[in-house]
Order: sequence, then C-alpha cells, then structure tokens
Amino acid sequence: MTTVKNALYALGLPAALVTLWWGLTIDSTSFYVPKPGQLAVTLWNEWVGERFLTDFLPSVGRLTAGLVATILLGILLGALIGSVRWLRTLTEPLLEFLRAIPPPVLVPLLMLLIGINNQMKVVVIISGAIWPVLLNTVEGVRAIDTVLTNTCRSYRIGGLARWKYLVLPSASPQMMTGIRQSLSIGLILMVISEMFGSSSGLGFTIVLFQRAFAIPEMWSGIVVLGLIGIVLSVIFQVAERRVLHWYHGLRKAQRDA
Amino acid sequence: MATRSSTISVTTKRRHRRARASSALLGAAGIVLFLVAWEAVPRLGLVQERFLPAATTVIDRFVTYLFDSSFWASAGHTMAAWGIGLAISTIAAIAAGLIIGSSTFLRRATFTTIEFLRPIPSVALIPLAVLLFGAEIKSSLLLVIYASFWQVLIQVLYGVADVDPVAYNTARSFRMGRLARIRYVVWPTALPYIMTGIRLASAVALILAITAELIIGSPGLGEQIALTQSGNQVPEMYALILATGFIGVLINVVVRRVERSVLAWHTSVRGEAVL
Repeated sequence: MTTVKNALYALGLPAALVTLWWGLTIDSTSFYVPKPGQLAVTLWNEWVGERFLTDFLPSVGRLTAGLVATILLGILLGALIGSVRWLRTLTEPLLEFLRAIPPPVLVPLLMLLIGINNQMKVVVIISGAIWPVLLNTVEGVRAIDTVLTNTCRSYRIGGLARWKYLVLPSASPQMMTGIRQSLSIGLILMVISEMFGSSSGLGFTIVLFQRAFAIPEMWSGIVVLGLIGIVLSVIFQVAERRVLHWYHGLRKAQRDA
Repeated sequence: MATRSSTISVTTKRRHRRARASSALLGAAGIVLFLVAWEAVPRLGLVQERFLPAATTVIDRFVTYLFDSSFWASAGHTMAAWGIGLAISTIAAIAAGLIIGSSTFLRRATFTTIEFLRPIPSVALIPLAVLLFGAEIKSSLLLVIYASFWQVLIQVLYGVADVDPVAYNTARSFRMGRLARIRYVVWPTALPYIMTGIRLASAVALILAITAELIIGSPGLGEQIALTQSGNQVPEMYALILATGFIGVLINVVVRRVERSVLAWHTSVRGEAVL
C-alpha cells in the first residue's frame, strides 16, 4: 500500500503536467510548442542513431574529461594551498578575484589562446568549474579539527597516511559541496563553448536547429540537455552517499543524541 | 584583576591587528606577483602579444573604459538583468517555498518534479529565449530567473523543513494563526537558508546574465566582449573580462555584507557559542 502511495506521490504531478500539456496542445497549431507525442517521436528520430555518435558522445566525452580534470586538479591544488599557510595568504585575494570572473567570458579568451578544438572546450570547463572545488577544499583542509591534527602528530602519523586518514576524509564533506556546484557550471560551460565555436556537439546542434526554425528538433535537444543534467545529479547523489556515508551517519547520531 | 585582563586583551588585539596587516601584505604581494608574471610572459615573447597583451596595456584600456559612458551603459544593462532577474526569482522562490514547505502533501507531491526540473541547465533555454524575445534584455531575464529560482527554492525548502517542531507546536498551542506562525517561527528559521540561497543565486545570476549577452547578444558587457572578440580588439576584450571580474567581486562583497546585517541576530554571525 505504501509503495503504491509513494509511486502516486512521485508520478502524480509529472503525469498531471504532461496531461495538461497534451490537453492544451491537442488542437493548437502553435509554432513554438510541440505536442508531447510529436516531441517523443522527434527525440527518438533525432538522437538515437547517427547523431548519438557525432554530437552526443563527443559532448559527453568533453564534459567527462573536463569534470574529471577539474575535480582532480581542484582537490590537489586545494589541498596544497589549504595546508600551507603562507601560500594560502598569498593566493587568497587573487583566487577571490579569479573566482568572481563569470566563467563564460573565458570562452572567447581561450578560443583566442588555444584555438577552436577539443582542448579549448575541456580547458573552458576546467577554468570555470575548478573554483568551487578548489576553494571548498582549501576551506575544508584549513578547518580540520585541531584535536585530530594533534592526535595524528602525537602518533607520528605523517606522509601519505596522514593525507589518506586525516586530511582527505576531514575535508571531504566540503569537497563534495564544491563538486556539486562544479557539475552544473561544467555542464553550462560545455554547452556555451559548443554554441560559440564548434562544428559538432549538443550546443552547436541545438543552435543549428533553432536557426533553421526546426522547433520540435530544438525542443528535443533541450530535453537531451535536461536529461544529461539529471543523470549527472543522480550520479553525484550516488557517489556522495558512498563517499560521505560515515559523515551522514555521524550527523544523524549527533542529532539523535 | 580587571586591569590584567584588559592588558591581555590589548596585547592580543595588537597581535591580531599585526597578523591581519601582514596577511593583507602577503595577499597584495600575491596579486603583484601575478601582475608581474602577466606583464613578463608577453614581453619576453613566451606568448605573442596579439594573443595575450601585457598587463599594463590591458589596465590602460580598462582605465580608458572607466571614462567611457557607453561602457557604463553596458555595465548598467548587465546589472539591470542581474538585479531584476534575481529579485523576481527570489520573491517567487520564497513564496513557492513557503507554500510547498508548509504542507507535507505538497512537499511530497512536488519532490520529483522539482528534482527533475532543477538540474536542467538554463543554457538549454537559450534557443527558446532567442525565438521568444530575440536580442533583448528579456532573454537575459529568462535565463537568469530560471537558473536562480531553483537555488533559492531548494534552500527555502531546507529552511522550512528545519523548523523546530517544539517551537512550531508551541506557537500552535498559543493559537497563533497561520500567518503569524510563518512570520514568527518559520521565517526566522528559514532566513539563514534563504540568505545562503540568495548568495549562491547571485553568482549564478551574473553568470547567466553575461552568458545571454555573449551568446544571444542582448545588451550588456557580454555583448561588448563578443563584439571585441569578433573585431579582434584583444586588449579591449581583456579589459572587459577584467571588468566583469570586478563586478563579480563587488556582488560577492555586497551580498556577504547584506547577509551579515540581515542575520546580525543569528548565532552564526554573532559568533557566540551555541549551547
């Protein structure tokens, strides 16, 4: 009974909205709004087949490469800056400024410096998405519990073991917060870099459809982008639950106590 | 006893001040180092100057822009899109969040829809904005509002869920009406969350305002950057990028200041220990 109820709660509103959409468009000839069935057919025709290989996969590949590099670089640099005090003070105002630059303006700049190619798009993603990871890691590493730090020192835990058992786990809740913000910025930058200068990819294709006034096709591209966003957030939630299960457990125990 | 503690506090205060002064000095040194490196790289020919103009050239252009009224007009357009978009989405998100959050039924029924719509990147709406509004400020507004609405809404929902049940039930026992309960129990609990949402949304809103201008060509600094890029005015392009950075810093500082003053009563800002 409860599963039925849960399913009703989960699917009720989306079903109602789709029905409303269907009902409103059933005898409309609006140029801008496609019918649900029409959109589903277009989605299947356009994106399952050749376009999957030529536009979808390259985009997702660049996004994945950019995000993986972002996370690794961000954590590495963040841990370095966070654990060396003079380095942190030295770079703090500079990083605050660099972070405040809206990442899309870097697209024309990097186009100029690197040219229009795959590397440019990956660098665009890294240069815009790295700041949340980097700054949150710095904060996380800086704010490690002093009792834990001193305990580690007393037991002469140093080197790699210190990183593995003290620094990285302590900073991981902050890091995950940063990574979550980075994911959405990375996706935005992937689309923008493809809209600006490219001959393939999702952003390029959607703009192409829009310029050709191929409205259902354009909507299908928007849906694909939305689906990528949703898949990314699901992957993140699963990863976060695995990485931070100890942290959520700790918080829960503290709340219950 | 009193004199002794006051001397201690004076010395620690002095030490604090000295530490802060030295850290400000080190931070300034970091910026100077960066500028020197930026100046040196093109001057030494490591990167050609038509790709990366020297720092002094760019700063010179930036100063020229400061006396240029069309620059300020563009900056005004960007800030208008940012401000109006942020205001509309904040008000809408707070209203929707308070309504949804106060009813278990609505919260459960809207959960999947919100989780489905939220991760959709607002840049996906760019073609739609072009079709509906063209290169107008409305295009920027559409993207800004969509992107920042979810940031605030999620935080409002967290905030409303965080309300202490004892406090809420106490208010009910005293027969406080629905509005009074929202005003005196829900609102103070949710306010720190709302401010967090506004802080996140303000950064996102600037990103989307500039994006709309850059890609769609609605008026503003982003449009100017696109123009300098296609006109191959490289130093001007760098100067404008610098300007957007300063706007970003300004927004961060102002929003943090507002957050502190709005939450001045809250323990996280008062800096007292929570017992």
